[in-house]
Amino acid sequence: MKLDVNGQAREVEADPEMPLLWVLRDLLGLTGTKYGCGEALCGACTVHLDGNAVRSCVTPVRRAAGKKIVTIEGLSPRGDHPLQQAWAELGVPQCGFCQAGQIMSAAALLAASPKPTDEEIDRSLAGNLCRCGTYVRIRAAVRKAAGV
Amino acid sequence: MQPRSSAVLSAAAVRALCGAAAGSIAGDVRPRLARLVRFASLALFTACSGPAPGPAAAPRPSAPPAPAAPDKLLPPSAFASIEPPAARSQALFAEASRVLLHARCVNCHPPDDSPRQGDAHAFHDPPAVRGPADRGVPAMQCGSCHQDQNLPYARVPGAPDWHLAPVEMAWLGRSSAQICAQLSDPRRNGQKTLAQIQHHLAHDALVGWGWGPGHGRSAPPGSQVELGALFQAWIDTGAVCPAGEEKRP
Repeated sequence: MKLDVNGQAREVEADPEMPLLWVLRDLLGLTGTKYGCGEALCGACTVHLDGNAVRSCVTPVRRAAGKKIVTIEGLSPRGDHPLQQAWAELGVPQCGFCQAGQIMSAAALLAASPKPTDEEIDRSLAGNLCRCGTYVRIRAAVRKAAGV
Repeated sequence: MQPRSSAVLSAAAVRALCGAAAGSIAGDVRPRLARLVRFASLALFTACSGPAPGPAAAPRPSAPPAPAAPDKLLPPSAFASIEPPAARSQALFAEASRVLLHARCVNCHPPDDSPRQGDAHAFHDPPAVRGPADRGVPAMQCGSCHQDQNLPYARVPGAPDWHLAPVEMAWLGRSSAQICAQLSDPRRNGQKTLAQIQHHLAHDALVGWGWGPGHGRSAPPGSQVELGALFQAWIDTGAVCPAGEEKRP
């Protein structure tokens, strides 16, 4: 199966029903995307398919064929996406496990709504859980990256 | 019996009236008047004893069919004996509404921004919202999690183009009569004809998911094909909506 991952053409041998997360982590070695719940309930595995945020733990890899897959590794070639900069400047992460998913969801939000309100931020990131409770810093970092 | 009794009473009344009048009439007139009274009484009796004139014949008596088993739908033929057609049409919609009011249907027809889940219509968890196109908001779109089929291990339900019904088509908390009025009104059914709605109910894959919801979820009675047949029969009998009824969950 041919995939476009972070701008690179990749070919994998995988069952079409294999979760995209398994392909990314186990077959392609892209371990920045995390496994949290496996049931689309926590958001740790969020990646982009053609710019839309999806939970890769429940997305069969066949759905990603022919689409542009972007993971946290590919969000910015040098890791300097405005969100990543804001995350670093505000010291958002605590344990950090959920943060790749948080940033990927936030990036999808800013692509659709460059100047989001707090309500929009809360609604769009409602599916990304943080066991450390860094939600206040996450919202602040999204606002900082958006310049609002 | 009523007409005959009326005739007897009328004749008696006429006789009494005539008898009272006769008392004041000269004796040579009495025999002629008596004949007149007898003739009038006979005419009245005959008229009232004959076939009932006036109002149309009462509708044929029609017993409603016995209810189907909880997981079954009655076919349109089960309602064929119900007269008049308007009553048959109402009965057909009532049977179809056993599907329309089911949790698998109303949970995606909410009157607000929150999809529901479960047979108790709990708010969706994670807290997804409707969004401008009934498909969620950025990073929390319906398709962020829901795939084109059920996921047996993750237990996430799925079907092609998973999304909410537009808010003007809200069914949750409304009665079958209210739902019927809504879907009969182009302003509240997305400018659809009844034929288009029938096609949606009978063929749409997302509607069809209801009968294969996966992971122990309850399914509405019958099948999508049977629902389509009932809805078509409802249209064919005049698409008459049920009378008002109690609000249902």
